Amino acid sequence: MTPLFLSRGNQRLLLRIGIALVLFAAVLVIDKGIHPASCYQGPWAWLFPLLLYGGVYVLIGYDIWFKAARHLRHGQALDENFLMCIASLGAFGLGLYKIHLGQGAEGFDEGCAVLLFYQLGEFFQNYATQRSRNSISHLMDLCPQQARVLREGLFCTVDPASVRPGEIIAVNPGERIPLDGTVLQGCSSVDNRALNGESCPTEVEAGQEVLSGGVNLTERLEIRVTKEYENSTVAKILELVENASSQKSETERFITRFARYYTPLVVGLAAALFLLPGLLTRDWGTWLYRALNFLVVSCPCALVISVPMSFFVGIGAASRAHVLVKGSDHLEKLARNGIFVFDKTGTLTQGSFFVTGVCPKERQEELLRLAAIAENGSVHPIAKAILERCSPEEEGYRLYTQAGFGVIAEKEKEQIVCGNEKLLRSLKIEFPKEETTQTAVLVAHNGIYRGKIFVSDRLRKESADVIRALHTAGNRTVMLTGDRAEVARQVAAQAGILAVEASLLPHQKVETVELLLQQRSPRQILCFVGDGINDAPALMRADVGIAMGMGGSDAAMEAADVVLMQNDLRGLLTVQKIARKTMAVVRQNVVFSLGIKGSILLLSALGMANMWMAVFGDVGVAILAVCNAFRVNRMPPKAL
Amino acid sequence: MKRIFKLENLGCAHCAAKMERAIAKLAGVQEASINFMTQKLIVEADEALFPSLIPEMDRICRKFEPDCHLQGGPAK
Repeated sequence: MTPLFLSRGNQRLLLRIGIALVLFAAVLVIDKGIHPASCYQGPWAWLFPLLLYGGVYVLIGYDIWFKAARHLRHGQALDENFLMCIASLGAFGLGLYKIHLGQGAEGFDEGCAVLLFYQLGEFFQNYATQRSRNSISHLMDLCPQQARVLREGLFCTVDPASVRPGEIIAVNPGERIPLDGTVLQGCSSVDNRALNGESCPTEVEAGQEVLSGGVNLTERLEIRVTKEYENSTVAKILELVENASSQKSETERFITRFARYYTPLVVGLAAALFLLPGLLTRDWGTWLYRALNFLVVSCPCALVISVPMSFFVGIGAASRAHVLVKGSDHLEKLARNGIFVFDKTGTLTQGSFFVTGVCPKERQEELLRLAAIAENGSVHPIAKAILERCSPEEEGYRLYTQAGFGVIAEKEKEQIVCGNEKLLRSLKIEFPKEETTQTAVLVAHNGIYRGKIFVSDRLRKESADVIRALHTAGNRTVMLTGDRAEVARQVAAQAGILAVEASLLPHQKVETVELLLQQRSPRQILCFVGDGINDAPALMRADVGIAMGMGGSDAAMEAADVVLMQNDLRGLLTVQKIARKTMAVVRQNVVFSLGIKGSILLLSALGMANMWMAVFGDVGVAILAVCNAFRVNRMPPKAL
Repeated sequence: MKRIFKLENLGCAHCAAKMERAIAKLAGVQEASINFMTQKLIVEADEALFPSLIPEMDRICRKFEPDCHLQGGPAK
């Protein structure tokens, strides 16, 4: 977390609290230790401690009185500042009343302590709030402040928002790319760590797309802008983060509803506690003291602040693990056990092909060599799979791409055909017919069929481990896919998923999700994990929609509640761990704050608590609850 | 129409809940939600009403927290 520099006003406040604390301790020592009453005797001896405490009181509390007065003018009588003023003033009044009764000067210390520690607690809460707010807004560093754009033959520095698509911008090494675009000139490596957590820089050259938010590392790049600033990657991520946690969790709702009745109730009880037994026993002093204790613990702030803060810290911890959680309610749901419904392609699998086999086997090297020559330079997923296995050794071929069919490579008299059955049939090349479940590329050399190369989508490295860990953590998993049943079953078996629904059209995926929603138990949640545009409806319909980030589609990221920015399924485990920890902390805070406040109220009513305990019940509990909230941060970054 | 406003100097979580309730009760406001941690107010209301709603909402914020004020955000 970034260190927080206090504003001038806060620095002064901290200084004032510090001085007041020292003075208060000194006065307390003089009052309790030296017993000035033994030195200054006589009817006005009580004036001495009163003036000492009064001085500290004014030093620390004058602004609280101002605030209380301002709130009172707005008709906010139950404002915490005002209640604290009443409680502290009451303590002083009670001290004077006891002197009047001839019981000796006491109670001034408590009146003074109420405001002093209230001020300290408020300061701490503000500091903690600021600090956790800052931890999110340092993501703002992502945001480039300026763009160097080519206008009228010169590069000039402007606000990125004013650059239109089609314009050309220059990015020097070390600078952040301000807008999405295509590289026109230069080749460099780009660090996209801020976007997707990928620690290895990406090499880019002319013609390649670059994303805003990446840092240009080695060489100057000239980029043709393709999207305006509002639609650029970085603006979208910032918007997601900024508007994260706009949805309130059940717990937060409960706490604010509770707080709404808590203060009036406690203040009412305080009044009743003072008046009723007071009238009966005529012992006004005792009952006033007990009632004042009530006022000191009447502020529900510890509770109201610690719950959203725990969630906020949880969301922050998730975003540091490159998982974007769009609201505290999602975190709350993720803490429960769930049914995780996975889309197959691009989610459980990498969405890219690789070579699984060659038929006939003995011609493996020949087939791959021929195919590599033909597919050279192609960006088609199947071509990439082949080139990954074998790089082309010979060059100088003329390549003719038949979109949707394959490629024909020719050099002098030599001809290599590489494509699907339709391509070979159109060229009148004979080949044996076989039924296979896998996608195959057929290869022919000089008009003669030589064999075929099987390619298939590969499982993500982490899929099987993640599924196993999800099962261990008490979740159920289901796989949905539009792919054929045989392929689907094979992938599911590799991943360890038992329930499979295959050959689904997009709308059938949503229907399956709805069916599962009806079947689950009320305590379970349904998470849909997907990446494609056609997943968006299912992502919306699920209790928690989880999208794969980079590489996934914008529509999916928008529809989702949680985005795995790192494009790594292990994020699911991390976010569930963070969610469970957050909920544990929230529960601890609620039980702890309510428990302490409740017992202090009870003890006060019975006359077994003094004002010092009440001060702890207010300020101490708030500080402990806020500190507890920060514990959510202490998560190992990778959890598998 | 949904609009997002920034609430400057929002310091008290309990006050935020009070503001949220008061703003949600304003005539023409369909939904109001304050996020204490991000200091954002999200209001859903008829676009034509915003010019008159904004000073009203600002007044409510000041009422519960005198230092707190509303900053207009872009239409959303």
